[in-house]
Amino acid sequence: MSVRTLPLLFLNLGGEMLYILDQRLRAQNIPGDKARKDEWTEVDRKRVLNDIVSTMFNRKFMEELFKPQELYSKKALRTVYDRLAHASIMRLNQASMDKLYDLMTMAFKYQVLLCPRPKDVLLVTFNHLDAIKGLIQDSPTILHQVDETFRQLMEVYCGLSAGEFQLIRQTLLIFFQDLHIRVSIFLKDKVQNSNGRFVLPVSGPVPWGTEVPGLIRMFNHKGEEVKKIKFKHGGNYVTATKEGSFELYGDRVLKLGTNMYSLNRPVDTQTSGASKNSTSRAQENIAPNPLAKEELNFLARLMGGMEIKNPSGPEPGFRLNLFTTDDEEEQAALTKPEELDNKVINIQAMQDQQRSEELARILGELEVTDQPRWSTSKGDDLLAMMDEL
Amino acid sequence: MKLSLSPFLLPSTLYTANISSKAQAAQQHTVKSVARFLSLSVPAPRACSAQSMRVHWCVLPFRVLLVLTSHRGIQMFESDGSIMVYWHALDTGDAPPVQAVFARGIAASGHFICVGTWSGRVLVFDIPAKGPNIMLSEELAGHQTSITDIATEPVQGGDCMADVVTADDSGLLCVWRSGPEFTLVTRIPGFGVPCPSVKLWQGIVAAGYGNGQVRLYEAMKGTLHVQISAHARTICALDLAPEVGKLLSAAEDTFVHIWKLSRSPESGSIEVEHCHGECVSNTQLCGARFCDPSGSSFAVTGYDLAEILRFSSV
Repeated sequence: MSVRTLPLLFLNLGGEMLYILDQRLRAQNIPGDKARKDEWTEVDRKRVLNDIVSTMFNRKFMEELFKPQELYSKKALRTVYDRLAHASIMRLNQASMDKLYDLMTMAFKYQVLLCPRPKDVLLVTFNHLDAIKGLIQDSPTILHQVDETFRQLMEVYCGLSAGEFQLIRQTLLIFFQDLHIRVSIFLKDKVQNSNGRFVLPVSGPVPWGTEVPGLIRMFNHKGEEVKKIKFKHGGNYVTATKEGSFELYGDRVLKLGTNMYSLNRPVDTQTSGASKNSTSRAQENIAPNPLAKEELNFLARLMGGMEIKNPSGPEPGFRLNLFTTDDEEEQAALTKPEELDNKVINIQAMQDQQRSEELARILGELEVTDQPRWSTSKGDDLLAMMDEL
Repeated sequence: MKLSLSPFLLPSTLYTANISSKAQAAQQHTVKSVARFLSLSVPAPRACSAQSMRVHWCVLPFRVLLVLTSHRGIQMFESDGSIMVYWHALDTGDAPPVQAVFARGIAASGHFICVGTWSGRVLVFDIPAKGPNIMLSEELAGHQTSITDIATEPVQGGDCMADVVTADDSGLLCVWRSGPEFTLVTRIPGFGVPCPSVKLWQGIVAAGYGNGQVRLYEAMKGTLHVQISAHARTICALDLAPEVGKLLSAAEDTFVHIWKLSRSPESGSIEVEHCHGECVSNTQLCGARFCDPSGSSFAVTGYDLAEILRFSSV
């Protein structure tokens, strides 16, 4: 299992989250002068995106993220996105947050599965970052933060071998195994079947560095080619035209990871496949997680590094609904199985002065003196602290 | 070829398929010995640890051992999975924190079992005819990057000089002669892509690569005889039906191809012919194996696939 997978997982899922939020905010956009107090304007949208991107690419947070570590459970990761989504004036109900997370996960699963080469997951990540830069181009400070992360990605990943990328790819695919939530934009485009499985095309360009299948070449003892035979391989492939760019700026060539949502193609999940999913999710919850303590430590470190700019103070939170109507959202909340709630560790996403100081102090300790990882007693303290929330 | 979707008990030569999909298959169908073994012995409840696992039934002269590798170490069981006879913890001493640690690649040669590791070292274990007195006999140093696969061939007569092949993430192949001390016979350099699967048959090394190529080499000298642009994605598994010289290649491009290997009577050069291709729609394959030594049927496993699919010739 690769210990370099988390940054790629986090950044790509984050990218998908921003695409979806941006699309929903635009869809509910009201011109500034006509907006009521509780309606979204263009200014609000930009502000939400700026806040989230700036939190996501915070330097301390990125430092924690890039440390070599195993992937944690989907639950632990989900908690980080919950916090991230609430980094601004926007509020999401549980049902909308569930839907958001489902969409994010299925989109990135699709991208990883369809990557021609394992290394292309880096191009997918760069596509997300390019698009994120487009969303916040009015803010030079945040742009700089994103570029810094770009450089860090290049430094860590551009030198990895094909074998190491294959291990990263396998690590990601294991994380996404058995997720078959149907997404209507995928169903419409025929990239997903009605049983939730993705369509793997057997046509199109081959990966860069691969030849079009169909040729057998035979050589003699001296290494001279003596025969060439064609065989019918069953697909309909063509040669790749060019390789995507791994530089800070460039043509990525690959379309995976670019924004597939737009005003005319609203995001939507179908819930009829949900019952099958929830059984496997419930099973995952029942087994005790031996890494639970480590996951809490990880979350504390990550969230200690997350600077939330807007405490839920005097400003009212604007609620964003990922469903078409409020009734639909309520309906979705009601049909969600009970088991999913019971085992969730509730970590408050609210800003708490005392706790942030505590976490910041702990984080500070880790940074300055390079202390070894938490001893058991510290972990217990953290658990106790979390229980108090 | 007729497709029959059926659970069934696999013969003694088994997959080295990616264990996570295999575990699902085993749990959902009554593939008894595999399922029982997995429920008995797998300590890690999380999919993460299971991912680095490989499984292989090692057929030795007087016994069959079930060998399991993971990121923690190597376990050897009696063939029905009932008793663990040996445990070897992986030495992580000089691994940097950024390095994934695991054992991968398992094969039996005579009374030895060879297991590859993340560092490129190949561990050679000496197995007694019975009992748990297994010893680490040697550590082969021929590779600098993680081992992907190991293949062996039963020594035929006194003049077989190459009976073990090891492959790694850089595509390098090392050909060895087994014995109380293993000897390196030849090295076949890689070309920038991993070699996830390798097989050895009658002095022919068959290697499947990350760019979809299958290459056939003369084992003793390492000369390239055949290069096939076989697949559009990385090859995940090769298998051989030794009675007839059939080679099976399965890849992440959803295809399985069957090839017939032979030697030209005049020149002794290796030749190959394409026999059959099968598309397992929308399934990124991760394991494939002939079900019998005559190659009349084969089975595959795939990512997100809960079943083992079996194909038989009509």
